[in-house]
Amino acid sequence: MTVQHTIDYTLHLADNALVLGHRNSEWTGHGPILEQDIALSNIALDLIGQARYLYQYAARLMTMQGGPEVTEDVLAYLRDSWDYRNCLLVEQANGDWGKTVLRQFFFSAYQYFFYRELQHSRDAELSAIAEKALKEVTYHLRWSSEWVIRLGDGTEESHARMEKALDQLWMYTGELFQPAGFEQALAPGGIAVDLGEIKPLWELRVGEVLKEATLTTPGSMMQQGGKQGKHTEHLGYLLAEMQFLQRAYPGNEW
Amino acid sequence: MMEETKTIWSLLEAVNDPEVPVLSVIDLGIIRKVRMEDGRPEIVLTPTYSGCPAMDVIRMNIRMVLGQHGYPAVKLTTVLSPAWTTDWMSEKGKEKLRAYGIAPPLPVQTVCHLDLFQREEAIACPHCHSYHTTLISEFGSTACKALYRCEDCHEPFDYFKCH
Repeated sequence: MTVQHTIDYTLHLADNALVLGHRNSEWTGHGPILEQDIALSNIALDLIGQARYLYQYAARLMTMQGGPEVTEDVLAYLRDSWDYRNCLLVEQANGDWGKTVLRQFFFSAYQYFFYRELQHSRDAELSAIAEKALKEVTYHLRWSSEWVIRLGDGTEESHARMEKALDQLWMYTGELFQPAGFEQALAPGGIAVDLGEIKPLWELRVGEVLKEATLTTPGSMMQQGGKQGKHTEHLGYLLAEMQFLQRAYPGNEW
Repeated sequence: MMEETKTIWSLLEAVNDPEVPVLSVIDLGIIRKVRMEDGRPEIVLTPTYSGCPAMDVIRMNIRMVLGQHGYPAVKLTTVLSPAWTTDWMSEKGKEKLRAYGIAPPLPVQTVCHLDLFQREEAIACPHCHSYHTTLISEFGSTACKALYRCEDCHEPFDYFKCH
């Protein structure tokens, strides 16, 4: 277990939050109705806020390692897709509202049980970020669960769209519980969350909500690679847009 | 020393939340500690929400107010744990919210758990005080508020939601 493992772990968590926060923000101004546009924008803001605290922590650890000063902006805006350690699920394209809320639901259910454990991490900074974020994620999970049920158990059209979304996204849920090298290295020290422990909790919650939504999970082969920097084609396009300003006008500030 | 920290606390009464300008940072309960270090004040604060965009403005306003009162150098420290809760909002702050047209957080929190399609909290309309109100969305104009509608006076209103 080294500081580098903690840095990789923190970046992985930050990348998850930033990439999904960015995806959600693509809906701002385009939501189906004003109140839900605001809801998803609020969730985006929470996720980007969590990402900032995580990047700031990673930047402090990296700066302490020596070398040039690292900032949260450098980590968000100047790393390429192979440096990003987010799970494949969060980078998937928004699709329709159903796919967006299903992606949010899978991720919020994961983040809820994840942060609940990370609160007890022996890394004081990660534990404080988790304690703070857990309250926010409780709202996200409730909101997205209700939407999955409303659409799955809704009209013929909404049910069909949720089935399609499930077909497109289910294959990316397995990776959430596949520990990467840095997670295995940190687990014995009580810093990282034991993913094997939260997996059954996630399955139980997801199973209950999908049942209520009259949806059944497909038996897809699970995809992975995001935690190792091997991403689907979607991430490159996302970064191209998100990082444009800093790439074109380096060091520019508000 | 004690006197000086007291002065700082009273100066902070003049720093308002830019999103809800009737509340001071003291009313919000986000100032956790004030101490003096070599004649320089250190203020320990905590965010309401991780992504609250008001925090940067609040930090700048604290520096400005203290700067105007003879404290050009101020150290601002952010802590995340224990996490901010609406329980830390002052009673005075809750009264100010109501007068401003925002329903204050309930003293007993009832919706901070995962149950779906919960029975809504009975929130009193800040305009006509009716409890005949309906939740429109748990996410309002800022992260800390939910959106309600009063079925009696038909006014929509914000509720400072439990956290």
